[in-house]
Formats: sequence, structure tokens, C-alpha cells
Amino acid sequence: MSDTPVARSATQLNDELLSSLRPPSRRWYLLVLFLLAVVAWGLVAFTWQVTHGMYVTGKNRPVMWGFYITGFVFWVGLSHSGTMVSSILRLSRANWRRPILRAAEAMTVFCILVAGLFPLIHLGRNWTFFYMIPYPNQRGLWPNFRSALLWDMTAITAYIIGSSLFLYLGMLPDLAVARDRSGGWRRKLYGLLAMGWRGSAHEWAVYHRASTLMAALIIPVAVSVHSIVAWDFAVTVVPGWHSTIFPPYFVIGAILSGVAAVITLMIIIRRAFNLEAYLTPLHFDNMGKLLLVISLLWSYAYFVEVQTTWYAHEPIEWEVFSFMADTYTPQLLLMLAGNSVVPIAFMCFRRLRRSISVMLTVSLLVNVAMFIERFLIIVPSLSHKNMPFAWGSYSPSWVEISVNIAAVAGFALLFVLFAKLFPIVALTDVRELEVREAEVPLGRTRLPSIAGKE
Amino acid sequence: MEKMTSPYRWGMVIDLDRCTGCGACVVACQAENNVALCDKKEISEGRGMQWLRIERFWAGEYPDVRVRFLPVLCQHCHDAPCEPVCPVYASYHNPDGLNGQVYNRCVGTRYCGNNCPYAVRVFNFYPHTWPQPLDSQLSPDITVRSRGVMEKCTFCVQRIRRAKEEARGEERVIRDGEVQPACSQTCPSEALVFGNLADPRSRVSRLSRSPRRFQLLEHLGTHPSVYYLKGGGREHV
Repeated sequence: MSDTPVARSATQLNDELLSSLRPPSRRWYLLVLFLLAVVAWGLVAFTWQVTHGMYVTGKNRPVMWGFYITGFVFWVGLSHSGTMVSSILRLSRANWRRPILRAAEAMTVFCILVAGLFPLIHLGRNWTFFYMIPYPNQRGLWPNFRSALLWDMTAITAYIIGSSLFLYLGMLPDLAVARDRSGGWRRKLYGLLAMGWRGSAHEWAVYHRASTLMAALIIPVAVSVHSIVAWDFAVTVVPGWHSTIFPPYFVIGAILSGVAAVITLMIIIRRAFNLEAYLTPLHFDNMGKLLLVISLLWSYAYFVEVQTTWYAHEPIEWEVFSFMADTYTPQLLLMLAGNSVVPIAFMCFRRLRRSISVMLTVSLLVNVAMFIERFLIIVPSLSHKNMPFAWGSYSPSWVEISVNIAAVAGFALLFVLFAKLFPIVALTDVRELEVREAEVPLGRTRLPSIAGKE
Repeated sequence: MEKMTSPYRWGMVIDLDRCTGCGACVVACQAENNVALCDKKEISEGRGMQWLRIERFWAGEYPDVRVRFLPVLCQHCHDAPCEPVCPVYASYHNPDGLNGQVYNRCVGTRYCGNNCPYAVRVFNFYPHTWPQPLDSQLSPDITVRSRGVMEKCTFCVQRIRRAKEEARGEERVIRDGEVQPACSQTCPSEALVFGNLADPRSRVSRLSRSPRRFQLLEHLGTHPSVYYLKGGGREHV
């Protein structure tokens, strides 16, 4: 944290870090209105689909899943950001995580909420979605626990609950600070949410134990969630889907898009809330290294998947791959560039890792490429299944595109509202770091305080 | 694999050497099962509703061209990939070895359609209506499916039900040939033979032991109830 100015008073810190809670500006309102408009458009598109029928999408026989499931897998992947950054870095005691962990955790919650909507949107009869919930009914009917979709629902519900708790738990002391510094309805809200936090030694001890425990517990949940999403495909007999590498490959892909999304988010937050002092090029350097490692892992997994299929050259399986390469050549190349070539080539250099504009470009590119990756997994396999007579193709309709864009806007809306209502930078964590990093004067020199060792 | 509590295991034999590709079975199926009528647009979009399709393949070079027909319907697999993936048990296995489909239970995830290697499941993308006077000929025995649900060949389960009731009334089992689905009833060349595979003396059982027999995508281990006959053997019906 050499770039952080030393010796800031606690009040100053509180002021700076809670600046996002100040009354919203006109620009904020405009942004919210714009996002609301996009979400409303998505709702119009969805209503159109519900009232007319699934024919308004681009789906057909044999391609019965398309952009909705692509969106679903994509958003589940993005939701791995918070878990990744927050838990893993918390457990490995990486101090640079502190300014970004709140944003990343919030992102997890909102991404998984958005992701959870897609399987419901894509149902042929959305209004009967509750048939999939195990609720007692007079017909004595249960959902089918052998179905990967049921596993999905269970995993996603667990992840929504777990990640919300994780976010909330980490926010408790900050909520107390916000409570003490606000008035009116905000004071009531924060007071209620802070659950009487006073900051006693006992409370802190419990808090630290609980957050370490949560950090450790949320990782297996996150890994299982994306493994289960991968099983939606891997447990089928569809050529190109039925692959044992899918669960680890999906988890790696999820972390890749998650890390890239956190980088994008860091840049936006840094700009929006003037947090240049807290999110320094050093942080981007570290995130860049992480991106490099995950991108290498992703490239390895992708290579293994394609190489085994190519070598075995089983005709039906290979047909899927060659169809994909022929029909979706630009997309395939963009995917390889965005997930593999560009991140690996660029993230090798410290100068590029520390450049905000390069990081923004690369992180956005990674997520565009990840969306394509999901699409290329789902659609070509279905287009060219086992019976050549029933081959087909797919292109998304305006309804599916609108809903997917509205999902982005909905996520952004949730995030913007959250950032205005709650401390978006983990205040207590940053202050803890400041204290640990404090330098004490000793004669003519200044030495780091011993508290710096965690 | 399967618990057989029923004296029946319905199956079909399709003799490809006899099939002329006339398409009568397709029409019969459509009429019998209240299968929606699809216009040109729907079919060109890949959203046609046929439960039974005739795949047509051209073999050889002009002028020595031969055309091969392959009628494909639900194979009523005993290890059906469509069944375990349905989250609500809309797709289930009945004791007679049929793949059932409960339309009212279907929520429309279309997972079964994706996982069916034969691509015989059809989804109601469109809400369908029948123009007059065709709406008067809808069969009262069968649900008219709404949009948003999956449907497929049932081996004319309504006919099987009726035959079972009649047989139960007379305290006997269904006799061979007593029940047949609309497709095999209509087939002018008797290429489609339906019957009880659990009875080793039934016509369908005897044909299914033919050396000409094969099954579609056998290597996937789905254990279909439909056998195809093609080429070579000396056995005749």
C-alpha cells in the first residue's frame, strides 16, 4: 500500500469511504432512470413472450436452448467474482483485497439473482414454475431429484442465501458506522440492519471468527454451483456436452469471467466515487496476475477438451466441433482471443497490468468472450445432434436479445442502488489495514508498525 | 433397469425394405392424436409438430440413385435419456415400457427435447387452433396440448387403454394384433408392426428376432422398443 497516503485520521477515512452515501446527484438519477427504462423494455419483451408463446424466441427443434441458458450460465459464472476475490483472498490474507471486497461480494449476490431468473424466463409455461419446487400438495407430487435442473435450483438457492449472508455479515460493522453518522430514515434502516453492533471486543472476536468461517464455507458452495451448472450439460447424451472435463472447466471459466468482472467493477467504482487513493495501480497489478493465471488454466482446460475430441475423432462428436468452427468462425476466434491470447499476452507485462485503460479493455473483452464461450458450448451441440436429418440452426430473436440486455441493466440497477444505500467500500477492513500499515516515527526515520503482520 | 409388473412390453418393428415412404403413417398419426396442423412457416422454422417423421436419404450418383426412407418416431427407450432430466416427472416410464408424457405437468424446460438423441420430441412453440371443420374431428380421448408443453408419440396410448379395458372386462390379456397405433394400422405395405414384446409368440417379437434387425443409435445404450429391419436376411413376413 505504498501509494496510499499515510496518516489519515479515522474521521477523514470514514468521510471519504462513506462519500457514496451522500444524497444522489442528478447524474445518479439519470443513470437509474436509464437503467429502469432498459429493464422495463426487457419486461415488455418477456411479457410478449409469455402472452404469445415460445415462437417469439429463435428456438426450434433441435435447438431448444439458446440465449436464455447462455445468459444463465454466463451470470452464474460472473457471480464467482465475489467468492473468488473475497474468500480466497481473505483466507490467503492478501491485504489488497480490502477496498474491493464489498463491491465483489455485492456483485456475487446480484449476479446470482439475475442468473436465477433465466431458467424461469426460458420455461415454456413460466406460470407453472412452482411445479419444480418441492412443496407439499394434495396430488402427492414431488419434483424429480434425478434431474440436473433440480440440482441447479437447489444449488442456486443455496448460493443466493450463502452469498447474501456473506455480504451482510461483512457489512455489519460498516452499517454500525453508517448508523452513527446518519439521521432520519437512514439511521433507522442502518440501526435495524446493524443489529445493535457496538464494537465491543467480544463482538469483534465473534465477527472475525464468523467471517473466516463464512469465507471457508462459501468456496465449496461456489465450486459446487458451477459444477452443477456444468452437469446440466455433462450428464446428458448430447454430443459435445457429454464431457467429463465440463465441471472443472466451467468452474475455471466462471472464475475467469468473475475476476475480469471485478476488474471492470473496480475501474468503474474508482472513477465514480473518486477512490483513486484506495484502488491503486498496485491492486490492478495483482488482479492482472490473477487474471493471467486463470486465463492460462482456462486455455489448458479448453485445449484438453478439444484435443481429446480431435484425437479420438468420434464422428458425431467431431461433427459438432467442425460445425462450430465452420459456422461460428468469427465468434470462435474472438473467444480464443478474448479468453486466452489477449489476457495471457497482455497480463505478462507489469506496465500493461498497471494501466487502467488496458485493464478495462482486457476485462471487458474477457467477459464478451466468456458469453460467446457459453453460446458455443450450448448451441452448436444442439444444432448437430445424433440424427443428421434433424439438424438445425439457431439465431436469437429480438426478445431473447432484449431480455439479455435487460439483465445487464437490471444487474447494474441493483448495484447502483446498493452503492447509494450501503457502504460500497469495506470501511472497517480498509481502516484495519490503515492501522496495520501505520508508520511510527523512530528518531529521524519512520518504521512500519508491528501491527502490520496479520 | 426396469421393474416389469405388467404382462405387456409394447414395441414396434419397422421393416425398411417394405417402407415406400408414402407418408400415410404421418397423416394418420396427425389425425389420431390431435397433433397440431403447422403451416409452411412453422415447418421451415423447424417447429413442425409431427410425432412421426419419414427421413429421406438419397444414395448413389445420378442416374443410379436410390432413395431410402427411415420412419422415426419415439423409440420408447427402456433407458430413456428424456426421463431422468425432467425436473417435474412430466416425462416418465410406465409399467408397460412406454415413455409417458404428462402434458399438464410439463413446465416446458425442453431439457427432454435436448437430451433425446432421436430428436422426436416436439415442442408447442405456437398456440395452435384447428380451422373448421377440422376442430370437430378432434379426438375426445386425448388432451389438446397448449403452447409451451412438450409432446411426442405415445404409441397411441389411448387405444392401448381402451383395449386393456375391454380385455379386463373379459378377464384376459390383450391378444396379438388386437391393438395397434394409427401409424401401423394405416401403413399400406405393413411395414410397421406393433405388438407385445413380452409375449415371445407375438408377431412383433418374432420379427424383432430377425437377423435383419437393428436399432437406432444402439451404441448409446438407450434400449429402444422400436426395431428396424433392413437388407440381407431371408426371413419374410
